Amino acid sequence: MSFLPGIFNYLIVVFLMMAGFYVVIAQGNLVKKLVGLGLFQASVFILYITMGNLSGGQAPIVGEGVTTYSSPLPHVLILTAIVVGVATTAVGLALVVRIHEAYGSAEEDHIHAEDLAQDEALLDADATREDQAGR
Amino acid sequence: MIAVAAIALSDLFAVVMLFGVYSLLTAALFMNLDAVDVAFTEAAVGAGVTTVLMLASLRLTKRWEAMPRHHHFPGLLVVGITGAALVYAVLDAPLLGDPSAPVHQHVTPHYIEQGQAEVGMPNLVTAVLASYRGYDTFGETVVIFTAGLAVLLLLGIQDDTRMRPGLSAIGDQVVLRAVIKMLIPLILLFGLYVQFHGDFGAGGGFQAGVIFATAFVLYDLVFGEGSARAVVPPRWLHRLAAIGVLLYGGVGVYSLLADRAFLDYSALADDPVHGQHLGVLLVELGVGIAVFSVVLLIFYAFSGRVRRR
Repeated sequence: MSFLPGIFNYLIVVFLMMAGFYVVIAQGNLVKKLVGLGLFQASVFILYITMGNLSGGQAPIVGEGVTTYSSPLPHVLILTAIVVGVATTAVGLALVVRIHEAYGSAEEDHIHAEDLAQDEALLDADATREDQAGR
Repeated sequence: MIAVAAIALSDLFAVVMLFGVYSLLTAALFMNLDAVDVAFTEAAVGAGVTTVLMLASLRLTKRWEAMPRHHHFPGLLVVGITGAALVYAVLDAPLLGDPSAPVHQHVTPHYIEQGQAEVGMPNLVTAVLASYRGYDTFGETVVIFTAGLAVLLLLGIQDDTRMRPGLSAIGDQVVLRAVIKMLIPLILLFGLYVQFHGDFGAGGGFQAGVIFATAFVLYDLVFGEGSARAVVPPRWLHRLAAIGVLLYGGVGVYSLLADRAFLDYSALADDPVHGQHLGVLLVELGVGIAVFSVVLLIFYAFSGRVRRR
């Protein structure tokens, strides 16, 4: 198992990614789903930064007497992704707040139930209207 | 471990707090992997702004989660299969720190060897961010701007009638007020340092914008809701956000007018390297202004909303 230290980070990434994935598909609360999405996102960040690392390398800021640097490219991609991530999370949270205002709940089950009830009410209304038109 | 705890708890307040701790730990890990700029951003954004935003939206919804559903099995099955496939894929991945990995081929050696000579700054992350990959960064700045617009469309900035400047939700905490009063100038100064020293050390527009916004968020949290608005009114921020994006785009258009490619900073001065440096500085300033105003706008939108139902 000599390769284990080399891929340990990747295994952590897979674990975190699956934890986030599980929250997104299995939990009913919308705020918690967003937290799950955040976990997933952070695991991708770790994946990129792990790939950019170079053994014996330094942080990519040019200094004297340093010849090996970690790759700056993944750092750039992730740096911007983090800030974009917070902006998109904010959009998600704003949607949750509006949904809560409309339905009185941020639970998926409750929202579905209310949607179904509304659909049925609409169908009933349509049926009565058709009845009246028929007459 | 923290991730697991965050999944298991049904107290959403605790979940959000654990998420903040998780972000901070991630930042430490990035530091360890030589990604100082990224660690910086993660610490400022993940542990600071995201936590505040999530708490603000909990205030507008509910703290407690409903009883969890019982059919966890299908979810676990899907996750298990996907996880197994990913672990299988990981076995073929290049090992940590392997110099022959694909990441360290192609463009990376060019960035590292020529970066300082071509762009004229020691921080290669800033050089790649603003110059080599300036198009991407422009796109991302626009995405952030758009996200800010979306939040404003969804929530709007309301004037909470119950909001009384000087009265804070946490009450009158003398110690906290005194400490924050001393900290805020330092945070602002640090934000400026990060903004303008980003070419030489770790830092840049993205981090500086977030740090600057954090100072105002702190002020608002401790000195009472709405007190930050007295300092920076929302209508200024609308314009500032647009000005930030326009500054970035303007640099690009200027280089177009000078018969160069879009965002080719060499057009900004007679000496190409000097032009690059100036361009990066301007572009980072645009990014910093845009990020600062969007983050603060989003905070205003969440904090000003009255809870309904």
